[in-house]
Amino acid sequence: MAVDATAQTDERIKSESFTTRMMKRPELGAIGGVILVTIFFMVTASGSMFTLAGVMNFLTPAAQLGILGIAAAMLMIGGEFDLSIGSMVAFAGMIFGVLVVNMGLPLIFAIPLTLGFAAAMGAVNGAIVLKTGLPSFIVTLAFLFILRGASLVGLKLFTGGSTQLRGVRDAVEGDWLTPLFSGDAFGWLFVWLADAGIVPTLRNGAPSIPGIPVEILWFIAMALIATFILLRTPAGNWIFATGGDKNAASNSGVPVRRVKISLFMLTACAAALVAIITVIDTGSTDARRGFMKEFEAIIAAVIGGCLLTGGYGSAIGAFFGAIIFGMVTIGLTYTGFDQDWFQVFLGAMLLLAVVFNNAIRKRVTGER
Amino acid sequence: MTDPIIHMEGIKKHFGNVIALNGVTFDVRPGECHCLLGDNGAGKSTFIKTMSGVHKPTAGSISFEGRPMSFDSPRDAMEAGIATVFQDLAMIPLMSVTRNFFMGREPKKGRFVKRFDLDAANAICMEEMRKMGINLRAPDQAVGTLSGGERQTVAIARAVYFGAKVLILDEPTSALGVRQTSNVLATIARVRSQGVGVVFISHNVRHALAVGDRFTVLNRGQTLGTAMKGEIDAAELQDLMAGGQELATLEGSLGGTI
Repeated sequence: MAVDATAQTDERIKSESFTTRMMKRPELGAIGGVILVTIFFMVTASGSMFTLAGVMNFLTPAAQLGILGIAAAMLMIGGEFDLSIGSMVAFAGMIFGVLVVNMGLPLIFAIPLTLGFAAAMGAVNGAIVLKTGLPSFIVTLAFLFILRGASLVGLKLFTGGSTQLRGVRDAVEGDWLTPLFSGDAFGWLFVWLADAGIVPTLRNGAPSIPGIPVEILWFIAMALIATFILLRTPAGNWIFATGGDKNAASNSGVPVRRVKISLFMLTACAAALVAIITVIDTGSTDARRGFMKEFEAIIAAVIGGCLLTGGYGSAIGAFFGAIIFGMVTIGLTYTGFDQDWFQVFLGAMLLLAVVFNNAIRKRVTGER
Repeated sequence: MTDPIIHMEGIKKHFGNVIALNGVTFDVRPGECHCLLGDNGAGKSTFIKTMSGVHKPTAGSISFEGRPMSFDSPRDAMEAGIATVFQDLAMIPLMSVTRNFFMGREPKKGRFVKRFDLDAANAICMEEMRKMGINLRAPDQAVGTLSGGERQTVAIARAVYFGAKVLILDEPTSALGVRQTSNVLATIARVRSQGVGVVFISHNVRHALAVGDRFTVLNRGQTLGTAMKGEIDAAELQDLMAGGQELATLEGSLGGTI
């Protein structure tokens, strides 16, 4: 049976050009979007947007959203939604605030406890979805309200009537873990670069930016790890399979339930991470934190190439989707436009992305 | 003649007061293609589900490689070496051929972080598909771009690669065109020559005759007997499947086209 197949070619299959191959990548739309948005702001915005300081300025909100967006993308590839992540940010923020302020726990205990709490809530979400067989859309919509309400009630309970809990900064001051979750990293590098004249300096000789905000590093690390998991591990294959067709996956021996529950736990943990970072950053937490973030995260994932039906998408796409988001939110302040165009822009972007993704999917599967 | 890999004797299956199978005897030897023929509702699906561990028989015995055996789940049957390719094929169109091929059974590499060894997987997948006579454009080609026959072949190749001793094919040719059907039949012949026992379920007599070594006809939950290749012709099989009734009269008006 030794057939020399290399010599055989099917005359009906055209060889694919590099462009066609690129067209089939799920993240293509998001990368194209970044380029378009960059060109748009290059033309309309003042030059300071694309200085080092300006870039850090729009990457920071992009990073906070992106951490959620990447997790949401993985969950969407696995075939589910989580509409409760925005409320989870508020809820986890409250838990974290209470742990460090009211109970005075050091971060080494407070952070794992907060993440554990969030993971447990994520597991509850997942378990309900799997047990009832209801769409995750509805189940997590319920948790959107439950968690938001619980944060309000909880905050009032722990602060004696206020919906804001202050004093986090004092509580975490000097904790050896604080620099991991707040402030800027690689400050020494930028001082050195400024001295060497590579990075522009302020009038007093300090570099124009004090370092890279840590959330950007978390964001990049998460994008890389998520991409690695999705594309290069068995677990990644299971996520795609679970989202693609859960019956086929489970018939082939993929632990579908474990995959889904883990993904729900992951998104909840991502929300808790954003909560920890932003709460330490501002020094307080309130019940409105993370408002509407669930939709923004899903939009970032969709712009990044995730299909609403699951089984297809990319973490790198969500990474760029979040960057588009950050550029548009912050970028409009550098232009003469009314900032409230932001939402119009967002909706249009989403619509465009969905139409584009649909066309791409047809190309990939060869549907006609 | 070699001993059967799996031998099922007097299998009965009742669902409440419905008798789906009422005494079915069937066996498969290595390197043969045993066709199970029957019209819709004859009990073919129930029977293969019993064979692949989905249902437990109400009565009857199953022996696997000479030992009595009882499968509690499809997984048990799979581990013993009984692979079933159902009509839905368990394939995900958006995923690549390789990812589908190894779905749930990914080869791993790396000492600390267990990675999906994609290079090895791609190479194995290309090689296995080539053995089945399909030249993939690339291993990362999505399954959705393959034709029905090619998908069927991927599913068969996957089952054989993962060590199937008995391969149950549930109407593999029912939705295919002429060309694709002949490709799938050729694949079955290849698999058989590797020593795998093939159970070919069909209601198409011509497809069965083209590749089968033995033929068992199932009608109303009972086996009507087994015939060797050459002992029976298409018309007789057709009659048996229909229970020897009206078809004889229909035959004339249809001009033997069924």
